[in-house]
Amino acid sequence: MLFTLSDEQRMIQETAREFADHEIAPVADRHNREGKFPLDIVKKLGKMGFLGMAVPEQYGGTSAGNLALVLALEEVNRVCASTGVTMSVQNSLVNSPIVHWGNEDIKRRYLPKLATGEHLGAYALSEPGSGSDAAGLVTAAVRDGDDFVLNGTKNFITTGAEADIVLVMARTDTSHKTRGITAFVVESGMKGYAVGKKEDKLGLRASSTVQLVFEDMRVPAANVLGEVGSGFKIAMHTLDGGRIGIAAQAVGIAQACLDASIKYAGEREAFDQPIGKFQAIQFKIADMAMRLEAARLLVYNAASLKDAGKPHGKEAAMAKLFASETANNAAREAVQIHGGAGYLEDFPVERFFRDARITEIYEGTSEIQRIVIARHVLKNLQ
Amino acid sequence: MAKTILVFGEVRNGALKPITRELVTAAAQLAQAGGGAVALGLVGDGAEQAAGDAKALPVAKVYTATHALLSSYSSQGYAVALAAIVQAADAGVVLFGATAMGRDLAARASARCGAALFSDCTELGLSNGTLRVKRPVYSGKVVAEVESVAPVQMATIRPNIFAPATGSGSADVVAVPVQIEEKHVRGRVKEVVQTATGTRDITEAEIIVAGGRSLKSAENFALLEDLAKTVGASVGASRAAVDAGYRPHSAQVGQTGKVVNPKLYIAVGISGAIQHLVGMRTSKVIVAINKDENAPIFQKADYGIVGDLFEIVPKITEEFKKLRG
Amino acid sequence: MKIVVLVKSVPDTESKIKIAADGVSIDPAGIKFVMNPYDEYAVEEGLRIRERLKSDVTVVAVSMGPDRVVEVLRTALAMGADDAVHVNDPAFEGGDAHASARVLAEAVRLVGADLVLGGKQGIDDDAAFTCAAIAEYLDIPQAQIVTELVLSDDRSRATARRRVEGADEMVELVLPAMITCDKGLNEPRYASLPGIMKAKKKEIRKVGLADLPLKPEQVGAKGSATRLVKYHGLPERPPVKMIPGDAAAQAKELARLLREEAKVI
Repeated sequence: MLFTLSDEQRMIQETAREFADHEIAPVADRHNREGKFPLDIVKKLGKMGFLGMAVPEQYGGTSAGNLALVLALEEVNRVCASTGVTMSVQNSLVNSPIVHWGNEDIKRRYLPKLATGEHLGAYALSEPGSGSDAAGLVTAAVRDGDDFVLNGTKNFITTGAEADIVLVMARTDTSHKTRGITAFVVESGMKGYAVGKKEDKLGLRASSTVQLVFEDMRVPAANVLGEVGSGFKIAMHTLDGGRIGIAAQAVGIAQACLDASIKYAGEREAFDQPIGKFQAIQFKIADMAMRLEAARLLVYNAASLKDAGKPHGKEAAMAKLFASETANNAAREAVQIHGGAGYLEDFPVERFFRDARITEIYEGTSEIQRIVIARHVLKNLQ
Repeated sequence: MAKTILVFGEVRNGALKPITRELVTAAAQLAQAGGGAVALGLVGDGAEQAAGDAKALPVAKVYTATHALLSSYSSQGYAVALAAIVQAADAGVVLFGATAMGRDLAARASARCGAALFSDCTELGLSNGTLRVKRPVYSGKVVAEVESVAPVQMATIRPNIFAPATGSGSADVVAVPVQIEEKHVRGRVKEVVQTATGTRDITEAEIIVAGGRSLKSAENFALLEDLAKTVGASVGASRAAVDAGYRPHSAQVGQTGKVVNPKLYIAVGISGAIQHLVGMRTSKVIVAINKDENAPIFQKADYGIVGDLFEIVPKITEEFKKLRG
Repeated sequence: MKIVVLVKSVPDTESKIKIAADGVSIDPAGIKFVMNPYDEYAVEEGLRIRERLKSDVTVVAVSMGPDRVVEVLRTALAMGADDAVHVNDPAFEGGDAHASARVLAEAVRLVGADLVLGGKQGIDDDAAFTCAAIAEYLDIPQAQIVTELVLSDDRSRATARRRVEGADEMVELVLPAMITCDKGLNEPRYASLPGIMKAKKKEIRKVGLADLPLKPEQVGAKGSATRLVKYHGLPERPPVKMIPGDAAAQAKELARLLREEAKVI
């Protein structure tokens, strides 16, 4: 692949690879089986700077950029997609919007601890009644003196049980659907903040996904991110970046599927030869490799556009859609190549198969991605 | 007249290390091929005591170099003393065991004497009267054949490559005077702390029984201990077993552990990751016991058994006992 | 106090080593070069000493070799080393461990060191004596294969625990001294992202033959005491003999084969 990486991007990639192989991979299966959130690993990632890649130096991060972030995410997701999503959320859905929309006071108060993983972050947009229709959210934020009082329930909150800081989208004006939404920086210690039901998921079983419940939770007005009423814009812009992270996650999972398939095709023998000698297997692996390469290029392209400050909404959607479908295809084929063994939890492809599925759903379903892409390419019809 | 072939006799607690006899064999073979007398060099505390035993070895002379400041091992001080013996003996070749002390001293002494040094040799030969050796490099993936262009050559030799010398002799003991000053012993051994449990260190063992994580617990290593006892073997372990806390790191074979070269290596429940293989691939005979018939260890083994180690190991112990009568 | 850490760029353990057509070199195709694993312990120890002593300690990474060694120097900087020195000259090429040690000893002298740390061996040539030869050329004491290192409060002495067969030796050293590091000494840290970003901005000092008090005939192939004749591949092992039967039969047959065929018990 002729995608020239800078020295530091390459070093970040290699450091992530080493950390993934030596620290995460040995415990990933166990954590996923037990549904255990790998707090120590996430904290280590934070100490190394992997959670502060979107944060400028003066707030304790590195501003390493989006391409560096996807390189690192790919490596972590290759061994554990649960750890990968935790890392992606902190970088793309929490730190990034605070960097872009936060005033100096908010940046100083929250970024240093988020950049180093001392604080973990979550992003709360979806609600029981609104997912893809994000603007349909009903969590209420009512001004009361210097505070806003929040009431409502948020769904599918990644890292919600562990988060110290949560970016909450709430309705401050019922007369406008999109412009009536405001973003708040909420601390988990605030009165009225509660962690609800922990979800039992098909995959990503070592990441935490919970409901958050706010009951008369008072949030100081100083914790409004951006302007009152700009929440929807912040949420959508944030998701554009988040999509690149999920696309990188899908590439990581697809790579893991390819690696496992190549290994197994060389080891497993049938009819007196390694199964990799059969064209039926070779063709599957060739297709996996080709799609992976294409997906990776789309992801690197979207990340590079974002780094260059150029529009990237369409490219992020394309990368996310294509990479997630690639991951699912790769996982399906990897299980097929493994035969019966692939259906057992003894082999990691069983986990990859379960983990891949979510990449077609969260941070915008495949259907939403197609809408985004169509809107961009059919501009003249709108 | 051909130069002397000197064997460095490593003395521990006043006794010669077993490898010394192997080195004497190596030296005798060189002498036979290229001439020269075989001599033994002993340094430091205990040298005189050991010289008594050494006289009985098939060597022409025994050189000793002792000094009050050499009462404990110092690589610097020992190198000064050994250099004096090299000169006194007019040595052209000096052989060391590839032991902790042998390697440490050879490195320093070779630099001091301007000698060529070949470490961890597995084969010794002569070419135009100077040493030409084979030694594994790149973690044993390749063997390098190297020759000397220096007048004096030194080599460290792995245990178990040469048979111990069996003959006897009655060599003269020559005390070589050495001048050692405080500045030569700015680094010295202050204390020796015993760590092993009586059996030979795995790097010196002729037979090793090694276990992997499939042993499932530190207690289950007793199975291997029992097997090892029947043939005087030492117990080794894979990195996975060491990381799991089943065995101390001193027993670890492999890339981040020790490189071993025994006559017989029995790998029990070790899959054979490349990092492990580099530590034992030069073993003369390798036996692999694993429940997974596809385990890579079988590709490196001479004899393979697919089966449950908990069932098979006690049976092998019984059979070995029978052989030993 | 200045701590010099010697780092080497070597093929990753996973790399396939193929002998090149000339028989005296290794085919570089497909080889991934990394910091010698034992040198990672050395870098880590240098950084830990700096952290423990808190003030006036600099850690300088020194590496000798072609341009690719800059990468391991950047890794050392990213881990936290203060400075890096790249020792390189066409005249140094083809040197054996002694010739390299002569150059590195002078480079260390040039940089100045109160403590020199290195790995117990390079996993390429596996010579395991370059550091000791450097110590001899510098006329400083050494402790090799060290698993524990304690510096005195006045920074004038060190006590090193080193592995020998079946025991540990406690070596007391007067600084400056050479220590070669083994697994168990510490757990090397990963490069941090802030470290990586800082490392790219650091200038790496270049040192060549002209900077050292050495003559061309003392270094490289000319200054070597040994000459590589050729590399040999490993002899092929005969295929494994699988022993069939139940556990009892297998055990019996194994004992017989080891005694009668292999003659090892």
